[in-house]
Amino acid sequence: MAVIDQTARAKWRWSLIDLVVIVFALIPVLWITSLSFKTPATITDGNFIPREWTLENYRNIFSTDQFVRALVNSIGIGLISTLVAVVLGTMAAYAIARLDFPGKKLLIGISLLIAMFPQVSLVSPLFEIERSIGLFDTWPGLILPYITFGLPLAIYTLSAFFRQIPWDLEKAAKMDGATQGEAFRRVIAPLAAPGVFTTAILVFIFCWNDFLFAISLTSTERSRTVPAALSFFQGASQFEDPTGAISAAAVIITVPIILFVLFFQRRIVSGLTSGAVKG
Amino acid sequence: MADIVLDKVTKAFPDGTLAVQELNLEIADGEFLILVGPSGCGKSTTLNMIAGLEDITSGELRIDGQRVNDKAPRDRDIAMVFQSYALYPNMTVRENMAFPLKLAKLSKEEIDRKVDEAAKVLELTALLDRKPANLSGGQRQRVAMGRAIVRSPKAFLMDEPLSNLDAKLRVQMRTVVSRLQKKLGTTTVYVTHDQTEAMTLGDRVVIMRAGAVQQVGEPQQLYDHPNNLFVAGFIGSPSMNFFPATVASGRLTTALGDFPLGERMRGQVAEHSGDLIVGIRPEHFEDASLIEDSIRQGGAEFSATADLVESMGSDKYVYFTIEGEKASAAELEELAADMGSGDLPSGGSNLVCRFSAESRVKEGDTAKVWVNLEKIHLFDPSDGRNITLHEGRTA
Repeated sequence: MAVIDQTARAKWRWSLIDLVVIVFALIPVLWITSLSFKTPATITDGNFIPREWTLENYRNIFSTDQFVRALVNSIGIGLISTLVAVVLGTMAAYAIARLDFPGKKLLIGISLLIAMFPQVSLVSPLFEIERSIGLFDTWPGLILPYITFGLPLAIYTLSAFFRQIPWDLEKAAKMDGATQGEAFRRVIAPLAAPGVFTTAILVFIFCWNDFLFAISLTSTERSRTVPAALSFFQGASQFEDPTGAISAAAVIITVPIILFVLFFQRRIVSGLTSGAVKG
Repeated sequence: MADIVLDKVTKAFPDGTLAVQELNLEIADGEFLILVGPSGCGKSTTLNMIAGLEDITSGELRIDGQRVNDKAPRDRDIAMVFQSYALYPNMTVRENMAFPLKLAKLSKEEIDRKVDEAAKVLELTALLDRKPANLSGGQRQRVAMGRAIVRSPKAFLMDEPLSNLDAKLRVQMRTVVSRLQKKLGTTTVYVTHDQTEAMTLGDRVVIMRAGAVQQVGEPQQLYDHPNNLFVAGFIGSPSMNFFPATVASGRLTTALGDFPLGERMRGQVAEHSGDLIVGIRPEHFEDASLIEDSIRQGGAEFSATADLVESMGSDKYVYFTIEGEKASAAELEELAADMGSGDLPSGGSNLVCRFSAESRVKEGDTAKVWVNLEKIHLFDPSDGRNITLHEGRTA
């Protein structure tokens, strides 16, 4: 009985701790969601649950070209950067995990260096460079730095995944009559898929969330992404605070991330490689 | 089906280590050949070179008379069973076994027929729709075999396929592998570090050490007529007993006692007056009280105190500690290191004898032990060579 009591109590304790963590993490999100549904008159009343519900804020942000255009920029720039970073990262990570080539240590070191590099220190030079070569305020102008910083992330996560895949599988595929390409495509890639998805989500979130490059390397709606565009929101009049609109926009850009993670969660978590080798 | 010929095959790694040195082997069509040796002896490298998973540095590899050095694994038409099984975890058993056939672009009906056939042979029919994760170790091992036999390749390569199974299942699978090979008659190269597997499975056994072949032959021949100390110590369980010995005027002086040498051996050791190592298998000792007079003079007797008696039912293993120097040679140290007993503390040498079950020797008794002098081996400690091999029996 004592043991059961103890495990029950431990369960309660853990549940409580979990609850505290979840509340701590979610309160700001719920708060901003609540703000987004409040009318301008009640926005500062301090109630957690809005007294008067309204969809006005959402209607407003979608009626302005500013936000819709920024959303398109964010999605486009994020997807292209992710795709390129993951494709290049997959190849690089596979090579790092599987091959011994001269300069391998250097490559890993450099990619770690890039990941660690303070981005703030790059903003001014990038601004100058992009202005002089005409990339300033364009999609490629943001995509390139995103790839640069997304790639080390992709290489690191993916090479960890590739290392987990037993090399014997690739040898077995070759013995079974597969070419190098077939072995990769039919045996290694399906097993690496959860890793590739995880990496893609991480890189996408990085691009999606970035504010520093987005605010520094853009100047018009042409390429401004949502985080940057938010800071340019204006109230209906000079004296009105755009809190409602900003909250609504913040909710809108959080939703895709939540959907992304929920949708791919099973792929991320599943232990697809179990059973490949002895057990 | 095909023969495999290795002609002075050498493998050197970029850092300069020679994994395999000038290996010559002719594996006949349908033969079951075992490569055996301690870890790091180059047996797996050799197998990988035959498979095409490792490049051959120099020499020639011919399969079915054709040079295949530069051919990719898939163009050699050989199947391999891996130690880790290497089943594709994202595919069912059926898909795993169908994979090589699919790559060979066979028709769907043909693939199904061949997979079903192979599954029947290996009793996998009920498991065809399962994923490898839901199989036991033995079942996974059979799927790995199934994937190899399904496309009837020219040869099978097996890399310690049974070493991940528990002891009982391993013995059982040993007979399965043996029967399957006999039934299919496919040339098979089998790598193992387990001398029991080597002795029981193979038509011929190749013993390797540090990238070089020590001896090639039928299991019994290796057991009875080892070329050198290494082979003698590696084959046999419990292994051969070794003691330092000197020979002078036809008598052999060892820690066990002074023994007269027979006519044949006297001639063989004539030019080796210095130190020797004598090797005697456990079964060539017997409880002296059980020896009939007619064969008694073929051997000699000595007394020793039994440390330990293990009764196996059919016979008894009796362990003695013999005072004096241990036999020392590079080969013996390597064998001891491989068995993990290199640093066991022991004053004197251990002697293991296999007595008949009728022996009444108990622990602590001083037993009279008879040794069959016809069967002893004498080795040159400097190069490990067996100097008592019969003429023409060298492999």
